[in-house]
Amino acid sequence: MKAYETVIGLEVHVELATKSKIFCGCTTQFGGDPNTHVCPVCSGMPGTLPVLNKQVVEFAMAAGLALNCSITQKCKFDRKNYFYPDLPKAYQISQLYLPICRDGGIEIETAAGKKTVRIHEIHMEEDAGKLVHDPWEDCTLVDYNRCGVPLIEIVSEPDMRSADEVIAYLEKLRLILQYLGVSDCKMQEGSLRADINLSIREVGAPEFGTRTEMKNMNSFKAIARAIEGERKRQIELLEYGRKVVQETRRWDDNKDTSFAMRSKEDAQDYRYFPEPDLPPIEISDEWLQTVKVRQPELRDEKMLRYEKEFDIPEYDALIITGSKHLADLFEETVALCGKPKEVSNWLMVETMRLLKEQEMEPEAISFTPAQLSALIKLVDGNKINRTVAKEVFEKIFKENVDPEEYVEKNGLGMVSDDGLLRSTIEQIIANSPQSVADYKSGKVKAMGFIVGQTMKEMKGKADPGMVNQIVKEMLDAL
Amino acid sequence: MKDLVKMSALEIGRMIKAKEITVLDAVKAQLEVIKQRDPEYHCFITVLEEEAYAQAAEVQKRIDAGELDDSPLAGVPMAVKDNICTKGVKTTCASKILYNFEPIYDATVIEKLKKAGAVIIGKTNMDEFAMGSTTETSHFGETKNPWDTSCVPGGSSGGSAAAVAAEEVFYALGSDTGGSIRQPASYCGVTGIKPTYGTVSRYGLIAYASSLDQIGTFGRNISDCAVALEVISGHDAKDSTSVSTESFQYTKALVDDVKGLRIGIPKDYLGAGLEEDVKESILKAAEIFRSKGAIVEEFELHSVDYAVPSYYVVACAEASSNLSRFDGVKYGYHSEKAEGLQEVYKNTRSEGFGNEVKRRMMIGAFVLSSGYYDAFYNKALKVRAIINDGFQKAFEKYDIILGPTAPETAPTLGESLSDPLKMYLSDIYTVSVNLAGLPAVSIPCGRDSKGLPIGMQLIGKHFGENEIIRAAYSFEQSVEYERPTAIAAEGKEDKSSGNQEEKSSPKKED
Amino acid sequence: MRITEDTVKYVAALAKLTVSEEEQQKVATDLDRILDYIETMNGLDTDGVEPMSHVLPVKNVFREDIVTNQDNREQLLKNAPKQKDGCFAVPKTVE
Ligand SMILES: [Mg+2]
Ligand SMILES: [Zn+2]
Repeated sequence: MKAYETVIGLEVHVELATKSKIFCGCTTQFGGDPNTHVCPVCSGMPGTLPVLNKQVVEFAMAAGLALNCSITQKCKFDRKNYFYPDLPKAYQISQLYLPICRDGGIEIETAAGKKTVRIHEIHMEEDAGKLVHDPWEDCTLVDYNRCGVPLIEIVSEPDMRSADEVIAYLEKLRLILQYLGVSDCKMQEGSLRADINLSIREVGAPEFGTRTEMKNMNSFKAIARAIEGERKRQIELLEYGRKVVQETRRWDDNKDTSFAMRSKEDAQDYRYFPEPDLPPIEISDEWLQTVKVRQPELRDEKMLRYEKEFDIPEYDALIITGSKHLADLFEETVALCGKPKEVSNWLMVETMRLLKEQEMEPEAISFTPAQLSALIKLVDGNKINRTVAKEVFEKIFKENVDPEEYVEKNGLGMVSDDGLLRSTIEQIIANSPQSVADYKSGKVKAMGFIVGQTMKEMKGKADPGMVNQIVKEMLDAL
Repeated sequence: MKDLVKMSALEIGRMIKAKEITVLDAVKAQLEVIKQRDPEYHCFITVLEEEAYAQAAEVQKRIDAGELDDSPLAGVPMAVKDNICTKGVKTTCASKILYNFEPIYDATVIEKLKKAGAVIIGKTNMDEFAMGSTTETSHFGETKNPWDTSCVPGGSSGGSAAAVAAEEVFYALGSDTGGSIRQPASYCGVTGIKPTYGTVSRYGLIAYASSLDQIGTFGRNISDCAVALEVISGHDAKDSTSVSTESFQYTKALVDDVKGLRIGIPKDYLGAGLEEDVKESILKAAEIFRSKGAIVEEFELHSVDYAVPSYYVVACAEASSNLSRFDGVKYGYHSEKAEGLQEVYKNTRSEGFGNEVKRRMMIGAFVLSSGYYDAFYNKALKVRAIINDGFQKAFEKYDIILGPTAPETAPTLGESLSDPLKMYLSDIYTVSVNLAGLPAVSIPCGRDSKGLPIGMQLIGKHFGENEIIRAAYSFEQSVEYERPTAIAAEGKEDKSSGNQEEKSSPKKED
Repeated sequence: MRITEDTVKYVAALAKLTVSEEEQQKVATDLDRILDYIETMNGLDTDGVEPMSHVLPVKNVFREDIVTNQDNREQLLKNAPKQKDGCFAVPKTVE
């Protein structure tokens, strides 16, 4: 077999985190009963007209700046014409001739070191609706709730060579967009979707091979599998002397294979032309400057700041900033309790453990900075001991309990009642003659048994420092 | 009461305010005339009898409560072209594909009219999707010209123009993409105004060609047109192309004074193809302006011949996209014979659209298709820029431009349908105004040898409505408004029969 | 400019229209004539001219990011030829 190289470019669709849709006042909220987030405009009723949501332009500018693009200060929308039931106007308002951002790129880490993936352009457009097959009547049901949700489409150059590079690129992209606050990038809700353009060529070949486009992947794992599958399929074709056909394919993750989407009916002639219903956009230097000034701190800056400002290890900073949600949680909790190291510790150890155990993404964490901060304060104020704290944390993580209430209700407060501890220990010493004898004969370790028995008797709630001190004092006094 | 319908909209409005008549009187009189005449002229697709009575009662209450003191047209019956969305009232665009479509919202102009106390008495006939110059492409049958029922009323707003001429309404809304208000106004002997692009909200106007479409008004005189236009003008946040900076006070321009007004007549508008009768009337009109103190000159506008091809490329391209949404899925006609999605689309559209609409959608698809965009669509946009430029230069020298509205008077029914190209060419004086987004009015200025009305077009600069309204008003003071012959005769018959009764009654006493 | 019957088929497909075999020749002739006429535009020199898609210098028309619309499903589906479970229904799209 010859040596082949895989060439991959990505078209990433990102749903923007606006409250309302791109051209009307309907909510962008995910879910909702079918066709309840729809109005005459986004359902393309005759006579209706679009009015552009300003926030969409600013989010697109923010993304472009963070991805090192140049901003097209005179830009406009175009119509892309095609018939499909999820597109009620039979055209998508998008950008072809003057996309809002061009010529950017980001650096990714690969096995062979750093590498830049260039970004060809970013354009703004509207999302389409959702089609659901109805098995009872063997028809398709059309829900326009997603119609008109604002998207940016980030088009990369064909600069990636493996699934690993694609994942690295997507992860970096996702993190940047989340930090910017322009999208939540939830793949399972479709707010980040990647179409993969993939071709194969012999190593050293000057020209690209014929590419296919793959759609319909809803996780990084599926993307990796789809790339692997398509790579193999194309190499096999070439090895047997067959040709790769330029086509759009749909990845079926369950069957682990892709299918050509039937397209005989549709000539791919979108007949783009300038959208007459929307006047052009002119981005002044001042406007660009205000967006620049508002750009939030991105990951690399944040990592450096955490190390310096909070004195936490580089590795911890790397993990915490690896998720915007985690970083926000960290900073907000620190602001409440003033204990960066404690906060970082809870996130790095217990949180990570539970995420792994529950197979969750950090974005899915639902406890609040207030809850974690309250827990830290309980420990810090000797109200509960560390063993109890771990138990409480798990409850916070899984059930969102209020730590103070939970401790109170379940009587988990640390017992530091000197009289109670003394009488309990007295009893245990009286019932443990062997251990007492061992201690007296110089086996200091025997004290551990008495302490352990005491903690057990106190159901783990005793102040361990006090118990140690009283046990030693009483044994020595014997 | 029947003579009420002869009056102007403003006069009826005044009489209602003065309690000389009620809104109900006006509505009743109007409906009576519609019942009598519309079977012959067929101006309406839908007559809203019940709704009009309900509206009349409601508007009367508001008038009595003093809420509509500032609204001169409150209570006056009017009609709306059937491509303007009216909530819960069938809006068909004269197409089978929307034969049963009831919009779920009111167009902005309808909201404004309702607020001003207008009584909408019906939806008027038109060329299917406003594509045509004769109102013959309507799925619901053609409208006939009240001046001569063997002739077309013009189009596409032929129903509105004919209804105003036939006194079936006092005023009406139309839409103008390439002359669709001005040309039927000229054929029917009434006044029609198309304002500057962006003056009237297009929200709720079912689009033909978005960058050219504009709603305007018809009346039997310029005052009615101007007052009605004032009601519907103004910025609308729902239409991104509506302008926010201008104030629209047209009634101020209703003054009889053209002294010093600089009027240019494009030589290119008086050349080959122009009917001799039309030319004569235009030159006579020019004389009237001159005699009233205006400065009238002929000049060369250039590029006039390129307007029609450029217009058809732009209009068809936008239409092919705008009309793609009619697919049998969300509203309107749905082919029952269809199996599978592609057939639903193709059968619905092939059965639902008429030939002219299909032709224009195919031209539109062609000029935008891959490989042809630059040679056709982009070229047309460049020609459009040059045409606009030509006008801008002309307006450095002139306040308004005067010319014919159409090269000929109303053709007979069926004459234009056989040759689409000839029909397109008849738009030669009107389309460039839409390409450049200018305001223009057509007013009656005489009749040809067949007795058919001739229209004169006055074109203004961007937001120069007041100049053309002033000129039109001033011209109107020098000429007599003529009612369609048959209708005028009908009145005389009424009178003469009345006279006979008067004469006969004393005889009885004898 | 020569519009062939294949061109007619192609633009009809783009516009989702059916043109019967019998009509094709006539439609081709019609379109050909009209496009021939349209091509007279080429008589005008447009070198260096900026194509004009908007006639007025209106720009930057925006709305604020505010949710203003309520659920209006019943109205929305009122005109639908076929509906089911609060959705528009079409023949199946997946093969
Ligand atoms: Mg796209
Ligand atoms: Zn909406």
